[in-house]
Order: sequence, then structure tokens, then C-alpha cells
Amino acid sequence: MTAPLLNVRGVETYYGNIRALNGVDVEVHRGEIVSLIGANGAGKSTLMMTICGKPQARSGSISFEGQDITRLPTHEIARLRIAQSPEGRRIFPRMTVLENLQMGASLDNLKHFKDDVEKVFTLFPRLKERQAQRGGTLSGGEQQMLSIGRALMARPKLLLLDEPSLGLAPLIIKGIFEAIKKLNKQEGLTVFLVEQNAFGALKLSDRGYVMVNGRVTMSGTGKDLLANPEVRAAYLEGGRH
Amino acid sequence: MANVASTTASAGSELTARALREAVFSGLITLGLFVLFVGLKTDQNIRNELILTQHWVLLAIFVIVAMVGRFLMVAYAQPWLAQRKAAKAAAPEVAKEESFFSRNFSKIAIVALVLYPPVIIALVGVQGSLKWVDNFGVQILIYVMLAWGLNIVVGLAGLLDLGYVAFYAVGAYTYALLSTYFGLSFWVLLPVAGLLAACWGVVLGFPVLRLRGDYLAIVTLAFGEIIRLVLINWTEVTKGTFGVSGIAKATLFGIKFDASKDGFAALMGLPISSAYYKIFLFYLILGLALLTAFVTIRLRRMPVGRAWEALREDEIACRSLGINTTTTKLTAFATGAMFGGFAGSFFAVRQGFVSPESFVFLESAVILAIVVLGGMGSLTGIAVAAVVMIGGTEILRELTFLKMIFGPNFTPELYRMLIFGLAMVVVMVWKPRGFVGSREPTAFLRERRAVSGSFTKEGHG
Repeated sequence: MTAPLLNVRGVETYYGNIRALNGVDVEVHRGEIVSLIGANGAGKSTLMMTICGKPQARSGSISFEGQDITRLPTHEIARLRIAQSPEGRRIFPRMTVLENLQMGASLDNLKHFKDDVEKVFTLFPRLKERQAQRGGTLSGGEQQMLSIGRALMARPKLLLLDEPSLGLAPLIIKGIFEAIKKLNKQEGLTVFLVEQNAFGALKLSDRGYVMVNGRVTMSGTGKDLLANPEVRAAYLEGGRH
Repeated sequence: MANVASTTASAGSELTARALREAVFSGLITLGLFVLFVGLKTDQNIRNELILTQHWVLLAIFVIVAMVGRFLMVAYAQPWLAQRKAAKAAAPEVAKEESFFSRNFSKIAIVALVLYPPVIIALVGVQGSLKWVDNFGVQILIYVMLAWGLNIVVGLAGLLDLGYVAFYAVGAYTYALLSTYFGLSFWVLLPVAGLLAACWGVVLGFPVLRLRGDYLAIVTLAFGEIIRLVLINWTEVTKGTFGVSGIAKATLFGIKFDASKDGFAALMGLPISSAYYKIFLFYLILGLALLTAFVTIRLRRMPVGRAWEALREDEIACRSLGINTTTTKLTAFATGAMFGGFAGSFFAVRQGFVSPESFVFLESAVILAIVVLGGMGSLTGIAVAAVVMIGGTEILRELTFLKMIFGPNFTPELYRMLIFGLAMVVVMVWKPRGFVGSREPTAFLRERRAVSGSFTKEGHG
């Protein structure tokens, strides 16, 4: 196997004196969809944020395409084409949909703006209808689409998605997951996904990691994890979406 | 169904009764509020004794005005407003075609401003134009420019700056000191003042990079005070509270505005008057203000301007999109400060005198109030707010007829801040986002579509 695109080795992250991540190892290879599942407060989002350099890991290393990015500031990490749809979507509420997308294309100074906007609009036709509307007036699902679309505008090599299903109706979650799958199949986009919606995420993913109290306790292919009785008991039974 | 008519009648009398009741209440409140402010007043007589002057008639007028006002409000204004609201809700939404005036507002305004001095001269003569061009024109335009400059920091980048007057001071003292000590001309020192102010903008920017909102406001407030206190206490250079006086006037391509034989008036064959210099200053500040607006409009369409606006919305999202928030903030501070510096050097050249007294916190507050009232980010709204606020306070000086009503001791200027505050409250109640609350989007694929005002409520869903 070739070297992984993203390689997280023994990462420990602290909030003050509280250890949120306790020696996490995760790797993501080119062309994969990898998901990280776990309960509330397991440290999933912390891992995502640590990859992006805010907060930085106290020990361990994170490398992207063989380059060590552990100590890089967030905006430099983003410049390596690691795009993120952050937790809570974090779109720009007073700016229009189109302006939001424009901000996503800041890295290339809008060189491919028109082509990329068309691509995003094909993927999420709803955004095309709403292009002149303010981001803050969109529904939750549309905001999530916009957040992903904005991340895609940077032509990422790796797309990080933090809880894309948060607070959305099942039908909309399905649409978003399908869009992610489509991006992966058609464009070969590598996706690293953090989810509480374990069933949907694992079904979508090539591989998955399970996180408990700041440690990765299990890993395997999406199918294996879905079939695993422990995973089923902890995350799937009684909560199937 | 026989009692329909009597129901409406009783509703009417009920309304009147309620209005009367509320009128009595507001009368009592007014009485309570003003009895010590207006009704009784302590004063010192000629022998330094404390005496009590009584103004019962004035107090009665206050109370009656409040009661009548409240009665009319409850009995007539409120039902009328409710009715209009209901009618508006019932009427179908019609796309309103913007009138020619509102579409071309800024062009019309610029043309009007260019024509302003000649029109005034034609109306009131050269000597009479002094007051209108200088007190109204130049004074208002200085504040327009300052508010537009501050708008870059507060309106676009969303960094609450309460010490903006510091950069104004830096610009003013740059010109005042360098021209008195080294004899440099205004046109050389104008860019120098902008540059120095921008440098101070960066100096302020560095320590506050990690701060936002209230915390940022406190630090910038302190910064403004530090600059002022330095100006007061560094007496060897700045002459402290005495200020720098006798500052050289600006020239037009080397032509001086004085009574000499190669001065402007002599060259043009015009009678000698100080009005020409004021008119020259008017066009100068108009040019500087328009430059500020032009740069702001252009920057908004450029990556750095877009980054400012994104930064105002969400700093974390900005970083995750590869925007260096440090440089973005510093450029916002520097650009805003630069225009403050330009305005400052203009101020010095106009007054011919600068002292720390011109750069107190109140000035920062007034500029910020103009930005907020106008609608953060909207150049048109801010210009309108500046005209209303600064022009309004200037007009107060003109209202001498009020002395006839309130007696010869009444000086309307003293009520400036009261009216300022009242206007602020009224605007914020009726238009919480300022005069122009909608923001003009900068990205279009095909046609230009303004974001309508009804979409400007904040949404987090």
C-alpha cells in the first residue's frame, strides 16, 4: 500500500489540563471515504480540529502528503488543500450563497470560480436557486450543502466533514450522504468524516474508526464495523436512521 | 346581532378611557422625573448664597405635553399604525420598481456636492457663503470621511474600534508638527500623515489580534486615550494643551490663498476674501472623502475586502478557508487608520491650530455613532447619518428663535448631545440595522440582484 494521504500518529490534544485525545492513530488513503464514529464528547471533533491546527497537538504527529503539518497555523494547513466543513456549518450568514462560495475559492483567487460554481450547483441544485439569498436565511440542510460546497470550491485533496448530518431531517441527511458518495466516485475525492449517525456514516465509508474517551478503540472496513456486535450494541441498536 | 353597534361604541369609549388613564400615568411619571430637574433648581445668588429658583409653569408645560402626547399616541396613533400594518399584511406583495432618484442616488449626491459652493455663492454672495461652505459643507464632509474610514474597520471587518480618533490625531499632528518644524508642504505631508496613521493602526492591531467585541473595544478605547495623553504631556514637541498654532495653509499648485499679489484672489482678479480658501478646502475634503469611498468600494470586490467581510461573519470559518486572519485584521486597521490620518491632516490645515482637546473620546463616539446609525457597511447610509447628525448640530446654532420661547439664557447647542442620543434611540428602535440595513452583495453570475431588506434578519437555523 502507498503512503497514506493523511497520517495521524499518537496525537494527544489538551484543553488546558484536560486531555481530550489520548494517542490517536488514524490514516486516510487517497480516494477513500473514512469515517470516525463515537458518542458525544468522545473527542471526534477535537481530532478534526487538531488536524486543522486549532488546537495544536501537544504530542504526536500529523502529516499530509508526507509533509508534517502538526505545527502549521490553520490557514497554511488549508492552503495545502485540506478543506473543511466545520461543525455547526459556519457559513457566513450575512453574505449571499454566491459570496460564500466565492470565499471558498479564495485560495486560487477565483481562477476557476465559474467552472467550480457550476460543479457545486450541479451537485446541489438547491444552491443555484438560492444563489442571491443570504446564507443565514437558508434552511439547515441548505446551509450544510453550502458549507460542503464552499469547502469544495477550494479544489481540496482532502475533504474534512464534521457532523454533516447534525440537526437535519433523515431525508436531507440521505441526500447529503449521496452527494458525498457521488463526489468520491466521480472525482475520486478523499473524504474524512466525523459522525454521530453511525449507521449512515459506516454504510457510506470504505473504512471506519470508533472513538471512545479520546482513544480509537476499533477500526475496520465500514461493512465489518456495521456487522460488529459491539458497535451495533453501542451505536446502532435503537437508533437506526 | 343587535349589539354590534354598541360593541364598537363601547370599544371606542374603552380606548378613550385607556388613553386617559395612560395619559394620567405618564403625567405622573413626567412630574416625578422633572420636578427636581425643572421645577426646582438650586442657584447661587450674587452673595454666593444658595437659593432655590422655582419654575412651576415650565414644569406644568412639560407634564401637559407628556399627557397630551400619550393620549394622542394611545387614542389615535397606535390604532392607526395597527390598521396600516394590517392593511399592509393583507395587500399582496408587489415588486416595487426603484425610482430614478433612488437608483442614481450617489451620482446625484456627488453632482449636488460639486455644485454646492457655486450655488451657495449665487444665493448668499461670496462673504455669506463662508458659513454654509465651512460650517456645513466642510464640517460634515470631514465626519463623512472619518465615518467612512472607520466603516472599513467596524462595518466591514467587524472590529469594534472606540479609539479611532487616535489616528485622526496622528494625522493632524503629523501635519502640524512637520510643517512647523520642517516647513514641508501639505501635499507632501498628506501621504506621510496617512502612512504614519496606518503604521499606528498596525501598532494597535498587533496586541488586539486575539481580541473581539467588548474586549477589543476596551483596548482600542485605551489606545485612543494613550495617544491623547501623550499629546498633552509631551510638551517639548507638541506644546501640550496649548496646542500647535499658526499651521501653514495648503496651496493650490503653489498658489497661496492670501492677500499677497501672487495670491489666489489677485491672480484670478477677484476681490480679496477668505471664502476662496474655504471653497478650496471644501473641494479638497470632497475629493478625499470620495477617494475613501472609491477605495472602499473597490476593496470590497477584491480578495482582501471580501476577507474583511468574511472575518466579520466568522473568524474560524475564515481560517479554515485558508485566510490569514492576522494580516487581514492588520490591513483593516491600517487602511481605516490611513483614512483617519488623511482626514486628520486636513483638519489641521483647515483649523490652522491643533490641540489635544479636539481628539477626545467623544469624537470617537460620535464617529462610531454615525457608522452605526447609517448602517454598518453602507456608504450611502453613513453619509446620510453624518449629514443628519453633524448638520443637525450645526443647525442648532442657527435656531436663535428658540430664545424667544425659552428665554434669552437658552442656548440650543447645549442640547446637542441630548438630541444626538434621542436620535440614536429613535433610529435604533425603528431601524435596528441603521438607515440602510441591507448590504449590497459583491458576487454575481449574471444579473445584479440586491438582497432585499426583508432578508436582513439574522438567522441561525
